[in-house]
Amino acid sequence: MTAFRVSVHITPRRGILDPQGKAVEGALHSLGFTGVRGVHVGRYVVVDTNAENATAAENTVRSMCERLLANPVIEDFEIEPASPQ
Amino acid sequence: MKFGIVTFPGSNCDYDAFHAVVDSLDEKAVYLWHKDHDLQDCDVVILPGGFSYGDYLRAGAIARFSPIMSEVSAHARLGAPVVAICNGFQIACEAGLLPGALLKNESLQFVSAPVTLRVENARTRYTSEYEFGQTLTIPVAHGEGRYTADADTLDDLESREQIVFRYVDSRGKPTAAGNPNGSANNIAGIVSREGNVLGMMPHPERALDPLLGSDDGLAFFQSILAAVAA
Repeated sequence: MTAFRVSVHITPRRGILDPQGKAVEGALHSLGFTGVRGVHVGRYVVVDTNAENATAAENTVRSMCERLLANPVIEDFEIEPASPQ
Repeated sequence: MKFGIVTFPGSNCDYDAFHAVVDSLDEKAVYLWHKDHDLQDCDVVILPGGFSYGDYLRAGAIARFSPIMSEVSAHARLGAPVVAICNGFQIACEAGLLPGALLKNESLQFVSAPVTLRVENARTRYTSEYEFGQTLTIPVAHGEGRYTADADTLDDLESREQIVFRYVDSRGKPTAAGNPNGSANNIAGIVSREGNVLGMMPHPERALDPLLGSDDGLAFFQSILAAVAA
């Protein structure tokens, strides 16, 4: 078993109203960042886990996302490649 | 009749629910600790409001894995009543006992105020003591109460009459003005397809005495009593 670090980005599912993202977008516009076309505020979760290899670590984290870390009704997630620690 | 009120770390409406059952209905109630695996032969389970596990990750996301939840789910699968209020509604959705999810209010603000609800279905075991179309004043107190589900699920809820309460304005219409949190279709409360699990964001257990602004919640609990006794 090797120690891996796997990071996950969880964002509101596209198409679902994201008032937090909208509020940040509005604030960026008023700061003069007029090119901003959209903002989505989500969560960034870092999991340190032991696994046989990087693929196994990523698969484990995928299962964590499906069962707990993300809610498939309202959220999408993206898993970054596992890095050995 | 015996009610079991689940206490999670961070529940804060469990005492209100207890008061509703014991003092207003004159029935028996016990607190069920989230780490227990025993519903103590309760007829009705209440998942009360609060901030279980500090709303970490998502409201209700961690509470649904509490040990007691496997018994609550089994109770629901048997067709027995589960009442999920506010944080309880969030937990019930996370646990898959009810469809959809509750998101941050559209305003991004915590809303604590009396709201007007319209009874959309008076033939459930939670609303039989109300009239169809009756309007009620019941308080809400939440930051994450925006009911959300995909279009098919919303269509299903509508066509199967699973929407029990809707937020309405002062004229009794389900408009944006009457919607405190941006919920889809102004949904304030739903029942499961089988009708035995109810989830709602407003707090009927805080509307039991005119002294506190409204006693419109009384008939909610009386409906349960009538249904379970029948």
